[in-house]
Amino acid sequence: MEQKNNTLLIYTLLYFAFLYIPVLFLPIFSFNDANYMSFPLSGFTTEHYEEMWAKTNLHKALWASIKVGIVASVVSTTIALFAAKAFARYKFRGQNISYGAIMIPFLIPEIILAVAILVIWLSLGFKLGLVPVTLGHILFCTPFAMLILIARIEGFDFSLEEASRDLGENAWGTFYRVSLPLYLPGIIASLLLSFIISFDEFVLAFFLTGSDATLPMYMWAQMRFIQKLPHVLALGAVIIVFTTFIVLLAFWLRNLGQGKEKAEFGIKIHE
Amino acid sequence: MNNSFIQINGISKHFGNVKAVDDVSFQIKEGEFFSLLGPSGCGKTTLLRLLAGFEYPTSGNLLLDGSDITALPPDKRPTNMVFQNYAIFPHINVEKNVQFGLRKLGLTNDEIIKRVKDVLSLVKLEGYEERYSSQLSGGQRQRVALARALVRQPKVLLLDEPLGALDKKLRDEMQLELRTLQKEIGITFVFVTHDQQEAISMSDRVAVMSEGKIQQMSSPNELYKNPQNIFVSDFIGETNFLKANTGSKDGEYINVNIEDLGSFKIKNNLNISENASEVICSVRPETMMIDTEKSDWDICLEGKIKQTSYLGEMTKFYVETKEIEKIITVSSQYFDNQSFQDSKCFISINLADISLLNKK
Repeated sequence: MEQKNNTLLIYTLLYFAFLYIPVLFLPIFSFNDANYMSFPLSGFTTEHYEEMWAKTNLHKALWASIKVGIVASVVSTTIALFAAKAFARYKFRGQNISYGAIMIPFLIPEIILAVAILVIWLSLGFKLGLVPVTLGHILFCTPFAMLILIARIEGFDFSLEEASRDLGENAWGTFYRVSLPLYLPGIIASLLLSFIISFDEFVLAFFLTGSDATLPMYMWAQMRFIQKLPHVLALGAVIIVFTTFIVLLAFWLRNLGQGKEKAEFGIKIHE
Repeated sequence: MNNSFIQINGISKHFGNVKAVDDVSFQIKEGEFFSLLGPSGCGKTTLLRLLAGFEYPTSGNLLLDGSDITALPPDKRPTNMVFQNYAIFPHINVEKNVQFGLRKLGLTNDEIIKRVKDVLSLVKLEGYEERYSSQLSGGQRQRVALARALVRQPKVLLLDEPLGALDKKLRDEMQLELRTLQKEIGITFVFVTHDQQEAISMSDRVAVMSEGKIQQMSSPNELYKNPQNIFVSDFIGETNFLKANTGSKDGEYINVNIEDLGSFKIKNNLNISENASEVICSVRPETMMIDTEKSDWDICLEGKIKQTSYLGEMTKFYVETKEIEKIITVSSQYFDNQSFQDSKCFISINLADISLLNKK
């Protein structure tokens, strides 16, 4: 048994090394006092970070990504919430087909989705920019949001909603006073993950942004000039830390109260 | 007292091909403790949900206190429900749970505070206001569910197997308490259960349901002593069924041949026809006597005890006789499993304790 545990431990460590060592190079080189990514390291500096903050184009791109991310996450979470509720609560004709239809953007290669939206958008005579990017991101984020919300809503005790109706609340009152607070950890997890997916997304943005760059587009543009590489490294390191934090937060929220008293506990809201 | 406080008129509820409730009509009195009793799948819960407004009938209509509620949604009905799993809102505390249904009643703050206080003292939950559902025992959750429904002062309280999740001791206590509570506040209770003992011990009247239909509706005593058919006789308490056929009528009585026991004059409460080949006699185990010696009762048979089960307050004997095909169950509070030296015994029946039923 002892032997077996060691093998598993080694495997686990190798797996994590494979996953994270390449990513760790970014923060390391972002503090390296050189313009090239190569060993040996030539001294510690925060110069790249200072340089990064001085770029006004970066601020613009960051702001664009945040705007797109917020709209995409709110809209896709809303759509997914209603759909997830319907899937978890009711049995209806065409359930499997509609479930599949919502999940398909998750499986289609992103580039195909991007080209399709590009063609339609241009043929409708609209201009490229953040609007089509946002629409694309909504399409792309909805399946993720669905997966998270269905996991939360499945196993939900629907007699709670009946109890609310019984106690004089109409459908909206019931949603607001009972369902929403109990789904809330799932909803917030979905918002955070959708935001991150949109924030990091490159392919759709590449085809649809036109001249309004999102943050990944900005980074890509900067990479073409070797002297700009260090501050892109710094930016990359910041994004990695930020993304990791959001994802951990989302998973923590998603699992909140789902341990011992599964689906019996939401976030406590004091009216 | 309004005898037709709740009127259920020709109510059917079909789910696809399944007739969960099949053309049921009856009335419930104001202030009555009324139970719907039956095995699972008999339609009792569906009927309760129709009253609550969670389901709408396929046909028929419902009247409550003279007004038609058939099409009203649950939030517009003057009924409240205690759910089987209690459905206590987990994200708000006991006090907020109880207040939940008062928001739309247009009460002042002082009235709300007073009502909540009164109802919590009624169900003996003072001091638990700040607790959450996860911090309560099963019995306490049940009281919260009760308080939350009663605080709205409904015309009818609907209870869906509310005692099912409690252990036996607590269930017996709650039965008594619910009954006392109901008498105290005088609200009409409609109580769904599959537990015949529960229904019998608490209710003013019981409707026994099977396959979407009412089999019998009467007082608990009547239900036990004069079952209208085999289903009711079998479902309520324990009984022995003996095969029989009828001969000629004689006033209120009818001549009946029971298995190989011979012919007897038995009261014909259900007006069973003459010369019917397939009828059933039902005899309760506790109405029979088991003894070591012969008795002078109407029927006395020699038998062999095949098995006994000692229950403390009484003992059940499973007895084989020459004349009757099936093993007969007899219960006794006098004799127990140590009273008989060998398996030989005598069982005695009074004709007055035999009820005659139609087969089917």
